[in-house]
Amino acid sequence: MLRILEFLYRLRALLLFVFLEIIAIWMVVRNNSPQGAAFFNSSMALTGSLLKTQADIVGFFNLAEENQDLASQNAELLQQITLLTPYDSLSEEGLDSAFRASYTVQSARVVGQTLRLTQNHLTINKGSNQGVKEGMGIFNQEGIVGRVKSVSKNYAVGISLLNTGLLVSSKIKSSDVFGSINWDANDPQFAKMLYIPRHVLASPGDTVVTSGYNAIFPEGILIGTISEVAPADDQNYLEITVRLSTDFSKLNHVYLIENTELSELDSLYQKAEISDEY
Amino acid sequence: MNIRNLLSYLAWGIILVALQVFLFKNLALFGVGLCFLYIILILHLPINTTPITLLLISFGLGLVVDIFYDTGGIHAAGTTFLGFIRPLWLRVISPTGGYDEGTEPTLQEMGTGWYLTYILPLTFFFCIIFFSVDQWGTLGLLNILNKSFFSSILTALLAILVQALFFKRRRGIL
Repeated sequence: MLRILEFLYRLRALLLFVFLEIIAIWMVVRNNSPQGAAFFNSSMALTGSLLKTQADIVGFFNLAEENQDLASQNAELLQQITLLTPYDSLSEEGLDSAFRASYTVQSARVVGQTLRLTQNHLTINKGSNQGVKEGMGIFNQEGIVGRVKSVSKNYAVGISLLNTGLLVSSKIKSSDVFGSINWDANDPQFAKMLYIPRHVLASPGDTVVTSGYNAIFPEGILIGTISEVAPADDQNYLEITVRLSTDFSKLNHVYLIENTELSELDSLYQKAEISDEY
Repeated sequence: MNIRNLLSYLAWGIILVALQVFLFKNLALFGVGLCFLYIILILHLPINTTPITLLLISFGLGLVVDIFYDTGGIHAAGTTFLGFIRPLWLRVISPTGGYDEGTEPTLQEMGTGWYLTYILPLTFFFCIIFFSVDQWGTLGLLNILNKSFFSSILTALLAILVQALFFKRRRGIL
């Protein structure tokens, strides 16, 4: 017995090493699974506030560009208002519940993010105190950004679109063909569009938008434009490369969108025994 | 390590981790060369640090960086491996007559030639583990080797640069 203990004591460094490695790998696996929340992440109060201070400082230097973006977005919204105003009288009538807004939007700021890994995440400066919930969609004026993964009191961590674990239901705008957008971990500017059958006519330059099928994003939020179409190794599908419209290296202001009917949809799916994988 | 060394080590650690998570996090040379300057905190611990202490420090340091990167345990996996192979590699490249008691394996103490043979393979293996855990079979071995090669060179260059710039003058104070 004593000799066994002695033997183990001599191997203590190796044993500790194996033990710590197993913990580390286990934390990685847990962090990358779509449902499991990490124990430690950047939405913790201390790291969140540190990242926010950094974003405040860096954000100061991007103010001019940010202002320009916001101004152009304002202009676009103003134009939409003028299009809508002639129908003002309609809003006097009691609306059918089908017309009730099923999405609520709020704004937030990205205070930290990674770009160079295969599982990239971002930290935003709003949390459960501001009504942020897990599963909300994140987008900005350029296109979609990601999905909220876990929430603390004042911060939240989102899975970036630049994460091989995130699939976003999407469609080619011109032909209404549905597919999934998934990042292939190569270049932060491009992603792949999966499950487009071979017979579909897709050509470079076509716009890709969200399909509205996954209940996170409403239909029609921009994802990007097709840059390359090639037959995939797998004979059934096309290999489509999409140039993402969102510039992830300059993320600052984003919008969080919540489907207010998500719980109803979820219970419906559950009743129909459809697993909704987002 | 006396209390004064410990304090300066801690201060240096905070500076390096801050640099890593605020500056180097999204920096990539040609999209393949990432910089992991903070691992010199592990590489520069005194040579006679016990393996257990080394492993615990490495794991803790990796975990702190992981929190800021939102990577779960990728950095921790890499740094723990680094902490494990450091004593082995030090034994392999030990100069004739062995090391002096309490020497720190830094550029000033050991000279450029020895330092390069020390830092390059260790950083390279750290990068191999880091990118393997990160990509987990999605991109293939060649991509991992490519990224590890350039990242380790970039990290070693920056480590040498930082020491050449800041350490010589401050040596008397530290």
